[in-house]
Amino acid sequence: MNEVILTIQDNSALTNQVYRMTLTGPVSQMHPGQFINIRLQDCFLRRPISVYDSEPGKVTIVYKRIGKGTEQMSHLTAGTSLNVLTGLGNGYDLSKAGDLPLLIGGGVGIPPLFLLAKTLRNMGKPVTAVLGFNTRSEIFAENAFKSLGCHVTVTTADGSAGKRGFVTDALPDAYSYFYTCGPMPMLKAVNTATATSGQFSFEERMGCGFGACMGCSCRTKDGTKRICREGPVFEKEAILWEE
Amino acid sequence: MGRMTVNLCGQHLDNPVIPASGTFGFGYEFAEWYDINILGTFSFKGTTREPRFCNPTPRIAECPAGMINAVGLQNPGVKQVITEELPKLSRVFHKKVMANVSGFSLDDYVYTCEQLDREDAVGWLEVNISCPNVHGGGMAFGTDPEAAASVTAAVKKVTRKPVIMKLSPNVTDITAIARACENAGADAVSLINTLQGMRIDLRTRRPVLANIMGGVSGPAVFPVALRMVWQVSHAVQIPVIGMGGISTSEDVLEMMMAGASAVEIGAANLVDPMACKRIIEGLPEVMDRYGIKTLDELKGVS
Repeated sequence: MNEVILTIQDNSALTNQVYRMTLTGPVSQMHPGQFINIRLQDCFLRRPISVYDSEPGKVTIVYKRIGKGTEQMSHLTAGTSLNVLTGLGNGYDLSKAGDLPLLIGGGVGIPPLFLLAKTLRNMGKPVTAVLGFNTRSEIFAENAFKSLGCHVTVTTADGSAGKRGFVTDALPDAYSYFYTCGPMPMLKAVNTATATSGQFSFEERMGCGFGACMGCSCRTKDGTKRICREGPVFEKEAILWEE
Repeated sequence: MGRMTVNLCGQHLDNPVIPASGTFGFGYEFAEWYDINILGTFSFKGTTREPRFCNPTPRIAECPAGMINAVGLQNPGVKQVITEELPKLSRVFHKKVMANVSGFSLDDYVYTCEQLDREDAVGWLEVNISCPNVHGGGMAFGTDPEAAASVTAAVKKVTRKPVIMKLSPNVTDITAIARACENAGADAVSLINTLQGMRIDLRTRRPVLANIMGGVSGPAVFPVALRMVWQVSHAVQIPVIGMGGISTSEDVLEMMMAGASAVEIGAANLVDPMACKRIIEGLPEVMDRYGIKTLDELKGVS
């Protein structure tokens, strides 16, 4: 965990509502599944955003313009400095990936899976990615996953592109382990539809993002955990699904 | 003794800055950000007789210049606090800590305070009779002078450590509660706990917080807190710890001019993990700017 001042190198729209922001400065390599927490003018609380890509000196996030904070972020221009907490959360455990890892992402749950895919590809693993969207105009990151050499299947709920339906309608027959991130209904469906063990990344409204306020606590089979600190990634076996 | 030294119930603090309960965990999370021994002390996470998970999420909402929380006293229970949290804390913090205690009955308060009274690491007991986020307890004790007095008197019987009663602003006359605590033997009062508030999500048309209501904190509440600290410090003889929206060294001085002997800092820690370090390090310069030689001379000058 570090508090750093980063500078926006680029901030551009990928779709109508989804933006990609690249920040440079004193930031070290982050682990797939970790997040950063950004301080914004006129917002009291920071905005926790998952890491899309990371290398020493540079971090990229992909975020959806949905509320006051992300609206403000979408207007920020290159050269703007931001106070950012980096290296937050546990991230995905890559040691369990096996020979044929499957990545399942829905909407703005997809970004943390990109750095994961990149890292798994660098380890020489074949990676399958199933990416779910509502409709054709909301698709992003498909080509980025393809350029890593991943086998990519896109689904849209309305059938306007890729396979019609949800990610759970497009899961491959064979995979060794899965990693997922997306909206809660999707995560619950993935939990039921998957045959192997896997890891889920959760989101929750956070106060601090670094374990101090207990705002984002959840119950697991291993006791109470903080999504920001012991999470956001939890193993399938530990999760208690609430009705 | 330094120019920032203050006295809190007979014990010296190197400076008046005390991270507030519920925003600082059991300290060791913040020890990863800075050496927490620079603090006056800190008030640890509100502790109850039994472990508590508490309210469903979302528990956090935002508001202009502040936030609303409805955590509801999540904590591992006093037994685990003593056997696990305090030993972990002792590795990174070498001063006396303020133990924050909450309960749902007189027995709860008494039991938890009795347990913590035996701990050398605990310098003060801060008794929370003002949590707005729990039902059938918490604030119920802090909104009635007689109930506040009964908790104070019961706790005083089982401890020799200074007892600080933490007061709710969600009352008509906070001075009446403060005086009741003083008359029942409280060694100090701390105020304010959070103000009750809520937000509604325009898209879902539902309250943002699963608990519907929560407690507002942050700079938004500073003027309200300052006013109440001023009123209470003019109504009682015992020390007053001022809190509510403090986020700068200047705020600390303002709160002390209103009558606070020390200050607690809450929400600021959550948006800036280094907030208390910055406030402490900034104090000498701000004191110089306003011609203040020692903090001791400030108390209640206004």
